[in-house]
Amino acid sequence: MIKFVLMVNRQGQTRLSRYYQPVELNRRATLEADVVRCCLSRKKEQVPEVNTTCGLYTLEPRSATVLCLPTVFVCGVQRLQTGLPSVRGPVHCGRCDRLRASITCHVSQNELSIYELVHNFVEVLDKYFSRVSELDIMFNLDRVHIILDEMIQNGHIVETNKSRILAPLTALDKMTSS
Amino acid sequence: MPAVSKGDGMRGLAVFISDIRNCKSKEAEIKRINKELANIRSKFKGDKALDGYSKKKYVCKLLFIFLLGHDIDFGHMEAVNLLSSNKYTEKQIGYLFISVLVNSNSDLIRLINNAIKNDLASRNPTFMNLALHCIANVGSREMAEAFASEIPRILVAGDTMDSVKQSAALCLLRLNRSSPDLVPMGDWTARVVHLLNDQHLGVVTAASSLITTLAQKQPDDFKTSVSLAVTRLSRIVSSASIDLQDYTYYFVAAPWLSVKLLRLLQCYPPPEDAALRGRLTECLETILNKAQEPPKSKKVQHSNAKNAVLFEAISLIIHQDSEPTLLVRACNQLGQFLQHRETNLRYLALESMCTLASSEFSHEAVKTHIETVINALKTERDVSVRQRAVDLLYAMCDRSNAKQIVAEMLSYLETADYSIREEIVLKVAILAEKYAVDYTWYVDTILNLIRIAGDYVSEEVWYRVIQIVINRDDVQGYAAKTVFEALQAPACHENLVKVGGYILGEFGNLIAGDSRSSPLVQFNLLHSKFHLCSVPTRALLLSAYIKFINLFPEVKATIQDVLRSDSQLRNADVEIQQRAVEYLRLSCVASTDILATVLEEMPPFPERESSILAKLKKKKGPGNLPETNDSRRNGKVNGSTEPSEKMESSNQCFPSLFADLLPTNRPRPAPSSSIMPSAGTVVSTHPFTDVLNLNPAPSTGASLLIDVFSETSIEASTEMSEDSFHRFICKNNGVLYENHLLQIGLRSEYRQNLGRMYIFYGNKTSAQLLNFSSSVTSSDALKAQLNVQSKAVDPVIEGGAQVQQIINIECVSDFTDAPALNIQFRCSGTLQNISVKLPVMLNKFFQPTEMTSQDFFQRWKQLGDPRQEVQKIFKAKHPMDKDLTKSKIVGFGVALLDAVDPNNENFVGAGIIHTKNTQVGCLLRLEPNIQAQMYRLTLRTSRDTVSQRLCDLLAEQF
Repeated sequence: MIKFVLMVNRQGQTRLSRYYQPVELNRRATLEADVVRCCLSRKKEQVPEVNTTCGLYTLEPRSATVLCLPTVFVCGVQRLQTGLPSVRGPVHCGRCDRLRASITCHVSQNELSIYELVHNFVEVLDKYFSRVSELDIMFNLDRVHIILDEMIQNGHIVETNKSRILAPLTALDKMTSS
Repeated sequence: MPAVSKGDGMRGLAVFISDIRNCKSKEAEIKRINKELANIRSKFKGDKALDGYSKKKYVCKLLFIFLLGHDIDFGHMEAVNLLSSNKYTEKQIGYLFISVLVNSNSDLIRLINNAIKNDLASRNPTFMNLALHCIANVGSREMAEAFASEIPRILVAGDTMDSVKQSAALCLLRLNRSSPDLVPMGDWTARVVHLLNDQHLGVVTAASSLITTLAQKQPDDFKTSVSLAVTRLSRIVSSASIDLQDYTYYFVAAPWLSVKLLRLLQCYPPPEDAALRGRLTECLETILNKAQEPPKSKKVQHSNAKNAVLFEAISLIIHQDSEPTLLVRACNQLGQFLQHRETNLRYLALESMCTLASSEFSHEAVKTHIETVINALKTERDVSVRQRAVDLLYAMCDRSNAKQIVAEMLSYLETADYSIREEIVLKVAILAEKYAVDYTWYVDTILNLIRIAGDYVSEEVWYRVIQIVINRDDVQGYAAKTVFEALQAPACHENLVKVGGYILGEFGNLIAGDSRSSPLVQFNLLHSKFHLCSVPTRALLLSAYIKFINLFPEVKATIQDVLRSDSQLRNADVEIQQRAVEYLRLSCVASTDILATVLEEMPPFPERESSILAKLKKKKGPGNLPETNDSRRNGKVNGSTEPSEKMESSNQCFPSLFADLLPTNRPRPAPSSSIMPSAGTVVSTHPFTDVLNLNPAPSTGASLLIDVFSETSIEASTEMSEDSFHRFICKNNGVLYENHLLQIGLRSEYRQNLGRMYIFYGNKTSAQLLNFSSSVTSSDALKAQLNVQSKAVDPVIEGGAQVQQIINIECVSDFTDAPALNIQFRCSGTLQNISVKLPVMLNKFFQPTEMTSQDFFQRWKQLGDPRQEVQKIFKAKHPMDKDLTKSKIVGFGVALLDAVDPNNENFVGAGIIHTKNTQVGCLLRLEPNIQAQMYRLTLRTSRDTVSQRLCDLLAEQF
């Protein structure tokens, strides 16, 4: 199952975090910093073993490996389709990608499918915010959470169909505008 | 800026976020946040009632501040208030705050439960969804108690909306995981399985997660899901992509659902029904065929989604391990990926191939890719990919290609990353031993290993080479010659010196005929390294020297000079000094015959599990080691008996590696005490004690010394079992009992009045323990106070293996006695009885309680009856360390309350003892007096017996 979802910007500041496995509040900051370090510090070809358990899994040592699944996620103008990220960590994109999403899951998961799940999530955000940016996430935290809740619950995938995911929000927006 | 906000934007929130973004420094940001927190606090505390919108806004601000990494300790009540709002947005923010910030033991749960109950009953699907999300996210026990019976009903009810069904399925999954005992299995299970047939794919996705998890626990109850999953899968796989338009992702039909269904099928063996089985095979073939088709899109998402399904299908094929054609096709497909330009695919292909290599149907097919894999080892730029290549080489290795693979690994080792060197060393050592046809190759390989990566060669590796050389006469001469040559290098690794010292000490005579390796040359060569080595190696070399004296009387004088020199006899290290003194004395007093007896060649080691393999398993973690598949086929290829093969069958290895060089089943050569006055107290009965463990085998009995030793060790262990009871008062895990045959480890968990204890029995011998039984007995009085149920254990424990027993405990009322654990088994013919007190004490059922100073003293006064108080004044048995004391009190189970006692040095704690019948509140106070080295411990509880017992237990600890 998925352990947590994390979105950070290029400076490593958390913009969204959702935990599906209890992690004490005071340990979240260190955990997030570790994951961010794993994701951001990586160069394209040099993949550090992301096996640092990030201090999260002391309860069940060695049963899980942190796996950072990135997405290239661009603020503003355009989406970069540069190099193909390795499954084990994100590609370092030289340009203006300002926000990354990473999902950490059990190592036994099908990695490619989780990877595409991140992509799907970003596409849904794109669809709703028409090209999502960091500011959209910050100013509409509640809505991003609604979207996430429609897609992932309790660490499992519930819905992958974009229009169904967005159905509650669309209804909500209709309600407020009328 | 607020323009970015969608819908009914909260202006105040947007302004605040903009402010934060505009902060120039971290300090400014913190200042702004503190200002905002103060503002929100005053708004919440203010007299004016806040309307829903303001509450929502402030709670939302708190959420944002929390996200920035600041702890939020208020606002929970306001969030709970929002739950009862009728506006969706307000309700949603309330639930969000609770899901993110409320942990499962909050005291607000009851209020939250009320709100959830209302929402569930509202029949408004969006509200119901919010409530179900919340249960799934918080999932506390109290919630489970309140809703466990309700949710299955919602899930299978005919009139429930699809989206609610999805949420209910995931919610049930959570409750089943956190409190399985509360979720009743019933007629709903059959109807849940039928959700796989639902026409809405979202419901199927959610249901398949639930069913997979449940099926892992109770496979029998969900067997019917197999046929439904196969049907559903085949409909997805064979559909044209337009059929499932909404769920098609980059031209791939429902990739996530397919992955989940394939995962579900991996919970079961291949279906027995031929038609169903044919249908499944057809599906898998279709998926493999699709991989060969030209891509429908150039987008990476298309190929990723397609391959996600493909890899899951391959795992299912590997799991079923029954269709040779599919296995070979899977292998060929992965072979194509090995040269794919995308790193991800190469990585995953190497990983999957590792498991394919262990199937007898596809092992040969995997072997055909050896060149590609070796090439990957040399050219991959990503270390994690190279690591997988090493794993795969290890998995595909067998007798036919062992030499090539070991050579490649050795050459890779020279440039390998430091992080994986040790693992490669272990793997090379294992493969070299396992597939050695002639042992000269083995010896060469290991010496090369030490030469190339000496620092990464662990003790186990060089122990093992010595074990093997000693056990095989055909290789001893060669080994002596090779190490002699290797030692001639100007700089050699200390591990090589160790191996050299040991082997020349044992078998130097085999090469002494050659004038180039005459005894004196051998000795000088070894001694030239002596000064560069660490103390343990020097000690080992001294032992080698005394063996030389026996082997070559002509160098006796030279060696005696060395032993006599001040740097040995007066060495600062006690071990070296003692050896020098004793060996010198031994060489002077003993006659040649006695020397020959004392220093005779080491007896062969008993064949046992290779410690190297155990170490590799430990390093890789359970389940991560690709099993080499030789155990399945060794009938065909292996002629000779090989030490490491036996262990393949035993999955669990005994954690301690101590016994590796210890020949347990042979009597040791023992000196007669008259000639060795100085050796009486020491271990030098055997010159190579540095690599041996001295735990005596009881069967030896030949030596007086050893008998004395074994007696003391038995005494020590019975003492320990009493002592260990007290050690467990403040902790839950550890070794309960240990003697030379058996180690008993303990792990326990307690919650309220229930406890569960895992007892691990480790067999320390290499022989089986037969007729093993263990039972828990309680006195009659105790039986009424404490329910103890133990599950039976296997009657046989293999040599070196470990078995586990689970004991469930329920505390009915307070108690003082402890149950006894009685163990009986037969080891090498003798019946053994062990009885240990099981460390179950009253304080294990504590639940810590936090309270303020005011509350504490109020309750303290309420418990003023003299019978309720027990006080004890006693002398400190351990150093009076403040932190240690704190951790002991916390370990005892109560909450340690800071700033309650006016005297800072005193410790104050509070907790509740949970028993089935009652709950007993308990307050304690510990006052240390450093000058007098005394403590005063005071306990007040509502029951006199409890006070007394707790006081007795805790007083033992300081």
